[in-house]
Amino acid sequence: MPAAITIDGIGKCYQLVLRAQRYHMLRDVLMAAITAPFRRIAGLHGYGPAEGKFWALRDVSFEVQRGEVIGIIGRNGAGKSTLLKILSRIVEPTEGRARMKGRVASLLEVGTGFHPELTGRENIYLNGAILGMHKEEIDRKFDEIVAFAETEKFLDTPVKHYSSGMYVRLAFAVAAHLEPEILIVDEVLAVGDTEFQKKCLGRIQQVAQGDGRTVLLVSHNMGAVRQLCDRAAYLRDGKLVSVGPAAEVVAEYLNSALETAQDNLLSRPRFVTLAPAIAGFSCRPAGGAAHVASGAAVTFQLDLHVTEPIRNAAVSIMFNSDQGYRVLGLSSRCETGLLTLAPGQQTILCHVDALPLAAGRYIVDLEIFSAERVADYIEHATAIDVVFGDFFGNAQTLLPLEGPILARSRWDFQCGPV
Amino acid sequence: MPTDVAITAAKRPAQPPAPAEGTIPEFEIRPRRGWVPIDFKELFHYRELLYFLIWRDVKVRYKQTLLGFAWAILQPLVTMVIATAVFGGLAGFSGRMSEELIARHVPYNLFVYAGLLPWMLFSVGISTGGTSLMNQQNLLTKVYFPRLFVPASVIGTALVDTAISFGVFFILMAFAHVAPPWTVVFVPLLLLLTTLATMGIAFVLSSLTVTYRDFRFILPFMMQCWMFLSPVYYPLTVKKAWEQALVQANPLYGLIEAFRSCLLGQHWKWKSLSISVLEIAVLLLVGLYYFKRTERRFADIA
Repeated sequence: MPAAITIDGIGKCYQLVLRAQRYHMLRDVLMAAITAPFRRIAGLHGYGPAEGKFWALRDVSFEVQRGEVIGIIGRNGAGKSTLLKILSRIVEPTEGRARMKGRVASLLEVGTGFHPELTGRENIYLNGAILGMHKEEIDRKFDEIVAFAETEKFLDTPVKHYSSGMYVRLAFAVAAHLEPEILIVDEVLAVGDTEFQKKCLGRIQQVAQGDGRTVLLVSHNMGAVRQLCDRAAYLRDGKLVSVGPAAEVVAEYLNSALETAQDNLLSRPRFVTLAPAIAGFSCRPAGGAAHVASGAAVTFQLDLHVTEPIRNAAVSIMFNSDQGYRVLGLSSRCETGLLTLAPGQQTILCHVDALPLAAGRYIVDLEIFSAERVADYIEHATAIDVVFGDFFGNAQTLLPLEGPILARSRWDFQCGPV
Repeated sequence: MPTDVAITAAKRPAQPPAPAEGTIPEFEIRPRRGWVPIDFKELFHYRELLYFLIWRDVKVRYKQTLLGFAWAILQPLVTMVIATAVFGGLAGFSGRMSEELIARHVPYNLFVYAGLLPWMLFSVGISTGGTSLMNQQNLLTKVYFPRLFVPASVIGTALVDTAISFGVFFILMAFAHVAPPWTVVFVPLLLLLTTLATMGIAFVLSSLTVTYRDFRFILPFMMQCWMFLSPVYYPLTVKKAWEQALVQANPLYGLIEAFRSCLLGQHWKWKSLSISVLEIAVLLLVGLYYFKRTERRFADIA
């Protein structure tokens, strides 16, 4: 089968803005002031000192066959979006080359070019044109797009009056009706309600299967990657770690969280954060047991290194299944309300009397929430293995198929004696 | 965080039907150096986008204003009234119009308006075109399309306003009982020249503004100086040879004078117009060259 995309040694280097040097003498200050514009010009043109270089992506090579759906996975900052931007021709690579066979359409953001003052109808045309559709093509698919978005009633209302759900539905609907040979999609599945997400995933599946188009998608939803993709490529720190069957690569990616579990969490890359504060995380089974067991008491310990007071804060520990689905969250907000975290070293203990998780591996995300903003967030901070435990007190447990959350329930059988 | 969604895991077809070889476009992505040739085929493919971008700007511009589209008519009209009062009345420039215009009973306000037509297109085009890439950075970093269309579409929007201003001009002429000479048929050609001059400069400035935001502040001063060096509100009649040379070096000089020849029957200044045409050609080439050279950086620094 011919390759639709051949990526060969692609790399992208960014110039970092260096921190200003310290001045000691007036002469230095004056000299610096005079040469500043020249140094800035040099910096902007990429002639700056070499240590300011940052490779967002390096030496990435792989092939995508025609009609294949490939998922790009990796932590935030691994270079996934940079790769998609290069393949979409938005940014140019610093080195390497890529060969694309077919028309490319990319959907890096839902609703690019939407104008709030324009009506839904007008935005469909505008957005369609921006995504590379011809007017005649949009005319032909107009009704389909509107039906998909379920916004018939508001077609002539400016989109600034739309609810965010309606906005996203309309925007995705336009993009979903593109007919390129190669479709590039960046994490657009994370928006909208569940019902609509299902529809979007279904649409992507239909595009890939029905018409033999090539789809490249970035997602943090490992379940979606496993279901939609034939293969996956795992990026870490700008380098390609592995490419292969989706299920294998997803498992490798999720397991890699464990390897780094012992590091100081302060050095972990974060992308939505105001002030990194989470320095460590550990879990201690009660009574000195060796393993965390279902139904057993457990204490989670969070070590914080707070530099500035974090007001109205709540701390959350969230568990994802090994397929990447969020299954359980523990939040201090629900138990103690909002608190202020004082500067300095802090230790937070979270006690759970009977862990309601079935046996299996869980990936832990940690978050500090402050005044409705994310103060610190570490994705995939670590993984914990929960072993079988006697949650129900009768040696029973749920089968993996039945779900990962354990809860007590009472059953009343209203059927007569046999 | 994405939620779990269930999908029926249908089996994928073994082999998608292969389209005929050769019908699929193929392209290569690689780092490029220096000047990148203009892809006219691509510009043509995306031509509808240019239309939609202009259409969007025209539609959005007067939204949520009380007077709406009337502003397109009022802006040049009010400028003309003020200029007529200040330059024509107070400063007494009305007497310095060329003799043939006075002989044809052309009022000073028409003289000003004929100069404002190209000038407004030029200055609005450059001011909005110069900042256009910076203002559209969201588009630049999220989707691929010919970047030339960003400044070009704003200039297209200014051209729509100019067309409306022309309508007003001909009504004013009717009121003043001045008939346009037959040379009025050359107006589209002169408008094309003005548009090309505007594009040449806007291409360079828009690219510069993305990298050095300083140009955002330099632009208004630049346009102010340019206005005083152009014969918009007064005929630039200077005696000395070096002053002549300076005045004629301005590509707008020949253009504005040509508009007055076209619309009001002033004698044609062929030499000035030829200089302008040459300069416009150079401006356009330099603008395109610089834009295409720097284009690949836009998404990185926008």
